[in-house]
Amino acid sequence: MKSLHILLCCFLFSALMNGQEKFLTKQGFTSFFSSSPVEDIKADNNQVLSIIDTSTGAIAISILMKSFMFEKSLMQEHFNENYVESDKYPKAIFKGQIANFKNLGNDEQLVSIHGDITIHGVTKKIETQAKIVRTEENISLTGTFPITVADFKIKIPSVVINNIAETVAVTFELDHTPYKK
Amino acid sequence: MKNFLIVFAVLAISSPSFSQDLLDILEEETPKTKEYVSSTFKGTRILNGHSIENRKKGILEFVISHRFGRVNLGADELYGLDQSNIRFAFEYGLSDNLMVGIGRSSFEKTYDSFFKYKLLKQSTDKNSFPFAISLFGSAAYRSIDDFEPGNEPSFNERLSYTTQVLIARKFSPGFSLQITPSYIHRNSVKINEDPHGIFAIGIGSRVKLTQRISINGEYHYTVNPLESIDATNSLAFGVDIETGGHVFQIILSNSITMIEKSFITESTDDFFEGDVHLGFNISRAFQFGKHKKKKLKEKEEEDKKSNN
Repeated sequence: MKSLHILLCCFLFSALMNGQEKFLTKQGFTSFFSSSPVEDIKADNNQVLSIIDTSTGAIAISILMKSFMFEKSLMQEHFNENYVESDKYPKAIFKGQIANFKNLGNDEQLVSIHGDITIHGVTKKIETQAKIVRTEENISLTGTFPITVADFKIKIPSVVINNIAETVAVTFELDHTPYKK
Repeated sequence: MKNFLIVFAVLAISSPSFSQDLLDILEEETPKTKEYVSSTFKGTRILNGHSIENRKKGILEFVISHRFGRVNLGADELYGLDQSNIRFAFEYGLSDNLMVGIGRSSFEKTYDSFFKYKLLKQSTDKNSFPFAISLFGSAAYRSIDDFEPGNEPSFNERLSYTTQVLIARKFSPGFSLQITPSYIHRNSVKINEDPHGIFAIGIGSRVKLTQRISINGEYHYTVNPLESIDATNSLAFGVDIETGGHVFQIILSNSITMIEKSFITESTDDFFEGDVHLGFNISRAFQFGKHKKKKLKEKEEEDKKSNN
């Protein structure tokens, strides 16, 4: 009988872990910015999916490459067709861990996030700092980190080499709300 | 001990291997939207004729095309390079689906104007449609004064029209195919035996070699050709090279003109006899307005409003 109680508790506990303790956003924001002597290029994506498991501090982010909006539609076409090859690699994925997540207070603070980022089929380890605000109903993450284009085997032809920066700044703003199935 | 084992087993089963699980949830939560296939062809032309590609809203493209003389004219004519036909044109995207253009060809001093409208787009996922269909219409005005004295053609008599339905499919990122039924109408003809209306069917394809280079082919079969000339079907092979805002096409063709009514019905050279013309199309695109950005901002503002 006692073992049954424990079993029941375990089920409850794990159900809680799976159901209530995940925070999700479907309208996260990510942008990247490339600054070169010739021109500045910026693209925004308002359809980023991100999920945090609050029991572990694990985080996963999925970004559809075709949802990046550019100022110039030709740039957008080139971005998808020539640089990130969105037909072959439709998504950028991040899979990682927010350090020290359980001990977070309610006020804004800096956390370190580390994990694997996959862009253009190439996976790299990455570590960055982000601002986090955690309340009962919301977990917001904002931050910025650099990405070196060549690391992800994205080739830039010599004709436009002066138009595109070697390192682009990626900004993210992810406002998670509790996820219910 | 037994209890402990059971508890452990239950925990092991129910506690998720989280990061993979999280990605699975994201996959489930990804909205299933219709996605349109892009870049079936790189340029607005396959080689001679139009492809289903339009320029997007606000993009003005300046297109310069050349077709030189026959390569088999020999060294004396520098393999045809001494002779040249040129067409230059301004082509503009009124909306993402409607494109218009005006051009001038040196051949018979012809002015032309056209529109191209995307009727249906090839899409994937939800309610997908397997083809892209565009409508194309053009009018050409032949302004050369080569008439007999006292026999000057009227404005109407100098006009001819082309109507095309462009049906294309991108089978894979590396291979696209287009079928182009055409109807060409001439207001005036040289001899009575010449048909006023000519039907033709074209086929064109693109095979991608690298990210920026593709090989294209295009052929137009004329059902009822002109009788006053020894008309041949238009055939062309070429290479697309794309750099930044340019698309550069190098072409080998038996046609010397660059507008539909001409190259489909008025080609007289035989490709396989060596009557081949070297040619190229160059385009440079300029963007007017920043509509994508604007849309985004408007959307953001709407979102803000709806949130308040």
